[in-house]
Amino acid sequence: MLEVRHLVKHFGGLYAVDDVSFTVKTGTITGLIGPNGAGKTTLFHTIAGGYRPDRGEVFLGPKRISGLPPHRIFQLGLVRTFQIPKPFREMTVLENLMVAAPGQLGERFWSAWVAGRRVRRQEREIRERAVQVMEFLNLGRVAQELAKNLSGGQQKLVEIGRALMSDPQCILLDEPGAGVNPSLLVEIVDRIAELNSRGITFLLIEHNMDVVMNLCDPVLVMAQGRLLLEGPPDLVRSDSRVLDAYLGGTPA
Amino acid sequence: MSGVLSYLVFFLTTAAIYSIASLGLNLQWGRTGLFNIGVSGFFAVGAYAYAILTISPLTGQPGLGWPVLAGLLGAMVAAGLFALLVGIPTLRLRDDYLAIATIGIAITVQLIATNEPELTGGTNGLFAIPQPVAGWLHGSGGVAFLILVLICVALVYLALERMIHSPWGRVLVAIREDETAASSLGKSAFSFRLQSLVIGSMAMGLSGALYAAFIKFISPQDFLPIFTFQVWAMLILGGSGSSAGALLGSLVVWAIWTLSGGLIQAALPAKLQVDSGAIQIILIGLLLMLVILFRPSGLLGRKRPAVHRSTVPSKEQA
Repeated sequence: MLEVRHLVKHFGGLYAVDDVSFTVKTGTITGLIGPNGAGKTTLFHTIAGGYRPDRGEVFLGPKRISGLPPHRIFQLGLVRTFQIPKPFREMTVLENLMVAAPGQLGERFWSAWVAGRRVRRQEREIRERAVQVMEFLNLGRVAQELAKNLSGGQQKLVEIGRALMSDPQCILLDEPGAGVNPSLLVEIVDRIAELNSRGITFLLIEHNMDVVMNLCDPVLVMAQGRLLLEGPPDLVRSDSRVLDAYLGGTPA
Repeated sequence: MSGVLSYLVFFLTTAAIYSIASLGLNLQWGRTGLFNIGVSGFFAVGAYAYAILTISPLTGQPGLGWPVLAGLLGAMVAAGLFALLVGIPTLRLRDDYLAIATIGIAITVQLIATNEPELTGGTNGLFAIPQPVAGWLHGSGGVAFLILVLICVALVYLALERMIHSPWGRVLVAIREDETAASSLGKSAFSFRLQSLVIGSMAMGLSGALYAAFIKFISPQDFLPIFTFQVWAMLILGGSGSSAGALLGSLVVWAIWTLSGGLIQAALPAKLQVDSGAIQIILIGLLLMLVILFRPSGLLGRKRPAVHRSTVPSKEQA
């Protein structure tokens, strides 16, 4: 599904992502863990087109996506969410979801005149889809609320909701559990598992080890810009190198 | 027609011309978050384009003698092309660079107008600019032109509202709220921002063309940065993000501007009267500060959702 080959991203002399290669297999929920500053979010940002890689390649299925701008990568079926939620604050939850639908005819400014009827029909379809997604994520109650008035956890759900509007093949989730209360976290984990069973592949960064151990297989471990190891969660948990990385020891 | 009435016609015509520029700025700043502080530049391009296209070559000036309607459309096209030129290099940059670029460009336009007499008449300006519907409703003292300007306001208002409340307008708001998130959801921020800049600038160009047609004489002195300041004051007072706010703000700010001008002239001792222009600016500045402190969303600010209510499901559905 997603293949990263020898990816490098550096800022001056700091190699935030240093020759990282891995494959996310179709249908998996692959976890990405590592101490703060390991380069996980930079890796996400580079895969999703926010940064241009300095070296290396990224493939989504057969298609090379490295070097493409973020909006093109989205259109090819790879969506990401953000560690700190980025909702469209002055828009309602419903509008946040509706704007994310791909291929909207009405996004050409002249179609308000020449294709009014088709645009309205498509708007109805998009709205129905958004209502379904909101129900799935339990956001129906706040559909008409401005996104800025939601709690941090709900904003994370809005991000997931926006990602779902495009029927993506693969979603990169950046810490879906951070700053979320325990009961909402259970719900988010549950929704991710449900989406995965419907065929969406996930790559997710998470610090909450319960979430990682429950959801992810395999798990990738990053430290200091490099991929430390990859394996099933049990193996990763018991590996001494992982412990060293988290506790400040130098990786072998 | 009595003096008061004809003054009222003059006042309303000017306010309506300003309001078209203000509607354009609302699309750019209110809806898209483009920090254009070179409004006077786009206004000037429209005014000069209209003048050059329509002035009769028989006057000995650089004119093409086109019909007035072609002149109005040509002015919009010229301002739009100009915005395209400005936008392509600057809209990929961060917001503040657009601000720097636009203010520089507004001053450049004014300098070109001053220093290219073959094209613009230089400091002497251009005169005998044709006015549409001149002579219609004979003896009405400009009512016919006022009606024409109001029709233009209505058309621009309706066209912009239609686009603002379409999915296109929804993407603009998304980009205004968070450009990174919008691009990660498949929207090309650059392309949408460029469209917004060009369309808003076309409104500013039309505003400039109508100004040239109204006054019938333009010179570089008409396109000072103070114009940009006035249009911004109108939008912020009226309510950034709202087209109706832009209209109301234009009327209110222009009323305060003209009334205060008269009052200051009457109240100040003769020695201070030369500074009356500065006092007008101070008054509007003070008003702006009060609005930002006590009613930051303006008179008719962003209370409505970004998309028209008709496309939003009712509570029971949701």
